Amino acid sequence: MTRLTRRSLLVSTAALLVAGTTAGRARTLSGGMPWEPGTATPPALVRPGPWMFFTSDEASLIEAAVDRLIPPDDRGPGGKDAGCAVFMDRQLAGPYGRAAGLYMKPPFMPGAATQGYQMPDAPAARYRTGLKATADYVKATFSGKSFAALAPADQDKVLGGLETGSIALKDVNAEEFFELLLANTQEGFFADPIYGGNRDMAGWKLVGFPGARYDYRDWVERHNEVYPLPPVSIMGRSDWTLRE
Amino acid sequence: MARKLPAKDVVIIGLGWTGSILGYELAKAGLDVVAIERGPWRDTATDFPPAYAQDELRYAVRLDLFLRPDQETLTFRNNAGQTALPIRSFASFLPGNGVGGAGVHWNGQTWRFLPTDFRVRSHLEERYGKDALPADMTIQDWPVSYDEIEPYYDRFEKLCGTSGKAGNLRGAKQDGGNPFEGWRSSEYPTPPLKQGLGATLFAEAARNTGHNPFPQPASNLSEAYVNPLGMKLGQCTYCGFCERFGCGNYSKASPQTCVLPALLRFPNFTAQTESEVTRINLDSTGKRATGITYVDTSGEEWEQPADIVLVCAFALFNVRLMLLSGIGKPYDAQTGQGVVGRNYAYQTTSSVNLILKDKNLNPFIATGAHGMIIDDYNGDNFDHTGLGFFGGGYMGFGQTNARPIQTRPVPAGTPKWGAQWKKATAETYQRACSLATHGSSYSYKDCCLDLDPTYKDRLGRPLMRMTFDFHDNELKMSAFLTERLADIAKAMDPAELTPAPRKGPYNMSIYQTTHNTGGTVMGADPATSVLNRYCQSWDVHNVFVPGGASVFPQNHGYNPTDTVGALAYWTADAIRDRYLRNPGPLV
Repeated sequence: MTRLTRRSLLVSTAALLVAGTTAGRARTLSGGMPWEPGTATPPALVRPGPWMFFTSDEASLIEAAVDRLIPPDDRGPGGKDAGCAVFMDRQLAGPYGRAAGLYMKPPFMPGAATQGYQMPDAPAARYRTGLKATADYVKATFSGKSFAALAPADQDKVLGGLETGSIALKDVNAEEFFELLLANTQEGFFADPIYGGNRDMAGWKLVGFPGARYDYRDWVERHNEVYPLPPVSIMGRSDWTLRE
Repeated sequence: MARKLPAKDVVIIGLGWTGSILGYELAKAGLDVVAIERGPWRDTATDFPPAYAQDELRYAVRLDLFLRPDQETLTFRNNAGQTALPIRSFASFLPGNGVGGAGVHWNGQTWRFLPTDFRVRSHLEERYGKDALPADMTIQDWPVSYDEIEPYYDRFEKLCGTSGKAGNLRGAKQDGGNPFEGWRSSEYPTPPLKQGLGATLFAEAARNTGHNPFPQPASNLSEAYVNPLGMKLGQCTYCGFCERFGCGNYSKASPQTCVLPALLRFPNFTAQTESEVTRINLDSTGKRATGITYVDTSGEEWEQPADIVLVCAFALFNVRLMLLSGIGKPYDAQTGQGVVGRNYAYQTTSSVNLILKDKNLNPFIATGAHGMIIDDYNGDNFDHTGLGFFGGGYMGFGQTNARPIQTRPVPAGTPKWGAQWKKATAETYQRACSLATHGSSYSYKDCCLDLDPTYKDRLGRPLMRMTFDFHDNELKMSAFLTERLADIAKAMDPAELTPAPRKGPYNMSIYQTTHNTGGTVMGADPATSVLNRYCQSWDVHNVFVPGGASVFPQNHGYNPTDTVGALAYWTADAIRDRYLRNPGPLV
């Protein structure tokens, strides 16, 4: 083999950051830590506005459903007022809805339960078909009514039927669809408010989670005491904003 | 056709813990080193700022810092009778991605293996008889002893600034530490972390039931620390966003906080990011590597010639790269012949979930590695006669967070949604905690890694196929450990206690741990190992796999990182002090 010697630096590595510096492009780093302004990737704030993914019919079903999954009560708002539907809408309109980054190459084959989800449809597509099948089921079963128009007890009956699979949806696995719906609803209730749900930190207030505080050094050894500070989001708190 | 780059002394594949340690040691020795990393560059200030690092949805649920399966994944089956299917989204284990690798998203739990773990087969056969082990159990002694590795554990812990309390200083037992641990040449670099109510209650219960609790060794630092490379680490703030997150406080040991700023000062070190190594190239004899080939983000292929090739990717991907490069004989589970992909093992974890009475635990005040632990049931610290299994694990209170998307327990029998769910969630959050066992995973003839016949990655290369299931030995061990833990938990006087021992079959869709081990095992015999005792390929002497968990012959009842870091230093010393003088097989 060749003798190991220290070679002089022949290639273009002497300067900081020679190759492309855009995130997601190959980079060559040498000569010190690369410090560049403006390269951080904070989350984008979800703003109120029209639905980006749901149709208005889908949105009314979802808003009614999330308010049964997490009902309003004297402890605080339910899923609808906490923004769970808005959260889901923005998530489904984004990379999550497209299953971005997941392995989506064929062949798709049903496997054992231990092998994980194996279907080719991304979450956005699962909602499209799942919501349509649910709406069709409700229409056929409750003399033409929409889910949102049902009495809360009937809404619960439908959701419970999807959960247990006792309701059969056309071309959709009801249990799997319900599981997805419930998981996304609870994500929306407990995720940072920056994503459109957990409005006014309702989910965090419900359980007593202080959110993005990030420093509890003074509190580790204060055993059995209630932590006194209210929750804070990564975008702060509304009462931190100066008002005219 | 790959474009050829000027040759380097050393090419490192993957810039995580082992890559950055080897890079630092060999650049310091004057070698010209390039590290090729397939993920992005990441540093604390830019990528984990406290302004938004504490985002459960982004990092813990959508897994922002982890490898994307569309870049690389595996196929999986429980046994050879099934058709392996791709892991379409990671769940059971979460491979890291980018500079820092798993060192970014780990919890900081920094454990040494027991002295007897390093000679596990000999030890068990001596104590329990030649025929005691199941015939298909393929555990084997490590080719290094605890005494040989101890100085390297010490070095890695000093790099990290690990917080803890020694239980055995050069053979002298120390109050407050782990009475079962191997000897230490020095006390932990920083004192133990503070403990919250849950850990304190567990320790009291453990003591009252005749056990030996001690603070978990933690590389989330109890106080500010300057490591031997001059890197300054800050005090942990118990923020509760550790595992799956980068640390915004410079208080979790990682390549970013402990090595990289010092490494990048060397003019003879270069890092190339977003560039995926596709193979290690061999010369016409097949006995010497000429370098590596990688693909950058534009799809262009580059050849990087080098005199030494260091395989420093995550454990699983070390194995795949060796298989794709044709280095070492692939393992065949039918015949038991071959070595690459042999002795894949994992970790056998379980929990005991508690709801306490009238307590306010503030469970969100947590770090990745605080907690009080007992080691009474690890390794062979207890007599296995008549138990029907071997191995063990540590156990205790080490709950790392109470982030509410993923952690909000409710009493058994509570509906999963609706008014009752909401009420129970609100009433339980402050009173609930989870105790855990962290058990060994011994290796077996049928548990292995090979190339999948059907599924390919984005570059058209076969995915690796994992064949794995828990064996009776591990399930019995988990049942035993979980029962012992539940007995201690009863002394905490809980309102509700739910033991959850590990049950088979192994389920790829449930998170357990990212402690995947084996496949490029180090050993004393080329018939049962890929690497010799210096983590050097038996077949291609200028290829090393310097200490990634793929070199473990089996997995013991501890987290792997301390051993990974120790073996990285061990290999760096062997290359610098022995191999450079006389390049060739070191054994």
